Amino acid sequence: MALTLSEKILSEHAGREVRAGELVVIPVDLVLTQDGTGPLAVRQVEKMAGRKAANPAGTVMFLDHAAPSPRMELSNDHKTIREFAEAVGAVLCDIEAGVCHQVINEKYVFPGAVLVGSDSHTCTGGALGAFATGMGSTDVAVAIAFGKTWFRVPETFRVKMTGRWPAGVFSKDFILHLIGMLGADGANYIALEFAGPALSRLNQSERFTIANMAIEAGAKVGVMPTDGVTKRYLEKAGRGDRFRVLKPDAGARYARKIDVDVSKLVPMIACPHTVDNVKPVTEVAGTPIHQVFMGSCTNGRLEDLEIFTKIVAGKQRHKRTRVIVTPASRDVYKAAVKKGLVEKLIDFGASINTPGCGACVGVHGGILGNGENCLATSNRNFKGRMGNPDAGIYLGSPASAAAAALAGEIADPRRHFMAGAGV
Amino acid sequence: MPENTGRAYKFGDNVSTDLIAPGRLMHLRSNLPEMAKHVLEDADPEFPKKVKAGDFVVGGSNFGCGSSREHAPTIIKLAGVKAVLAKTFARIFFRNCINIGLPAIVCDTDGIADGDELSLDMAAGIVRNHTKAADVRFAPIPESMRKILEEGGLVAHIEKHKGLAIE
Ligand code: SF4
Repeated sequence: MALTLSEKILSEHAGREVRAGELVVIPVDLVLTQDGTGPLAVRQVEKMAGRKAANPAGTVMFLDHAAPSPRMELSNDHKTIREFAEAVGAVLCDIEAGVCHQVINEKYVFPGAVLVGSDSHTCTGGALGAFATGMGSTDVAVAIAFGKTWFRVPETFRVKMTGRWPAGVFSKDFILHLIGMLGADGANYIALEFAGPALSRLNQSERFTIANMAIEAGAKVGVMPTDGVTKRYLEKAGRGDRFRVLKPDAGARYARKIDVDVSKLVPMIACPHTVDNVKPVTEVAGTPIHQVFMGSCTNGRLEDLEIFTKIVAGKQRHKRTRVIVTPASRDVYKAAVKKGLVEKLIDFGASINTPGCGACVGVHGGILGNGENCLATSNRNFKGRMGNPDAGIYLGSPASAAAAALAGEIADPRRHFMAGAGV
Repeated sequence: MPENTGRAYKFGDNVSTDLIAPGRLMHLRSNLPEMAKHVLEDADPEFPKKVKAGDFVVGGSNFGCGSSREHAPTIIKLAGVKAVLAKTFARIFFRNCINIGLPAIVCDTDGIADGDELSLDMAAGIVRNHTKAADVRFAPIPESMRKILEEGGLVAHIEKHKGLAIE
């Protein structure tokens, strides 16, 4: 029988052919947890199984949401995780490592893997051809303690991407457009499966941005076939041996087929307070912006920093607009230093944070004031998300973030990509 | 009013886990009774002060969207809420509710107004609206999930069955 990508991966793990709608209990290859949800997961593991991990080498525990810790309570939560990881032999990624989804993909995720994590953006791993999904602490505790979990095999929407990418339009604009079209729950329980020539043209970084935001349409996973781009990414990461070709079968059954011609796309902005409140940048241009946040698991990679820096290098930020830059991981940070990006960003007037989540999740390092607006390259603009329910969050690409940092307001980034603009 | 009724607290569509349990309170995540004093306060500042044991949280569509933080349904439960009713739930939130033993009921909530007195008949699949003298029916929760719910959540389920027993 012809299978979708999700059916294929879940079938391999179930040891039998499974189709959408079936319930499976399967082994998981990788489990991720972080400091926001991990302490509860640890307590649940201890209740169910004592201090035990079924597969310590595949259990990766991150301290990233409050890194370095701004409060003693969070420092104590960090202790809980460090002590558990030490006791069971799990992999600990301490405060310097960076955002869980960035690091787990740099170092652990591989095509065909099943990854569960107590963080909703675990779906980022779909960009490497993994069945990767977010769950709560108790579900993840079961996966840590017993090495398996249950799933309902999801129905799949196939999203075919065609056309050439216009200058100044990025995968962030595509995924915002798609979420706006589907609605915040338009793919609830669904596997989004991406395909097509416009996907093939994207580098791995741009692909992560798409998979990362699958959850913002409610999807269980956002999965992609693997190709030469995937292969080179894994090789560069020293994990070329984990590459395999993974494609859906011709004739697989899809609940819905969606076609997007990316050549028709324009830069998109998600407006307060839902991610599906998406508008073309031209419609909201002129909205004053008090803070730009350039970072997160969505758009905090080297390639993102490069796009942003190219636009702002040699210039000064608008005096109204403070700029918070948070590299997504230690490796990203190091590469950005090596390439001279950090110096240019400092000269531009940016504040550079330790790799991590802080500003994105409203814990520290970039909390908004009352009535302020932020243009963020992250994935959520819910009321209160960045630490203040009386602030507005606009989501856009790194190029849109750069355009706003220069203009002090939302501005069309395409002006920086015109001939002679120097980008 | 019959016994076992509770007041409906009505919220809109897309109530996110950031609205229920915001990141700015992350330092309270290992002190859930304290965090429960702030449950849903960004949506309704009066809610944590007014909610009583046996009350209901009623949403529109996509209730519990966003972050996977299980602390969100947990503090709703700790505040004494008997069940959350919504037209649809975000996937992770729904699964978390089952796992922690908080009934998440998918039903048509359009006819329920803030302040209505409700009672819940799980076995019959009926939410009774005593204020409106109307019943709202809901499809039974799938067997495997009801089992976990009735046993008090996933931890209790695993303790009882010495492992995952939903195959
Ligand atoms: S960067 Fe933001 S969205 Fe990504 S894991 Fe951290 S808090 Fe979550």
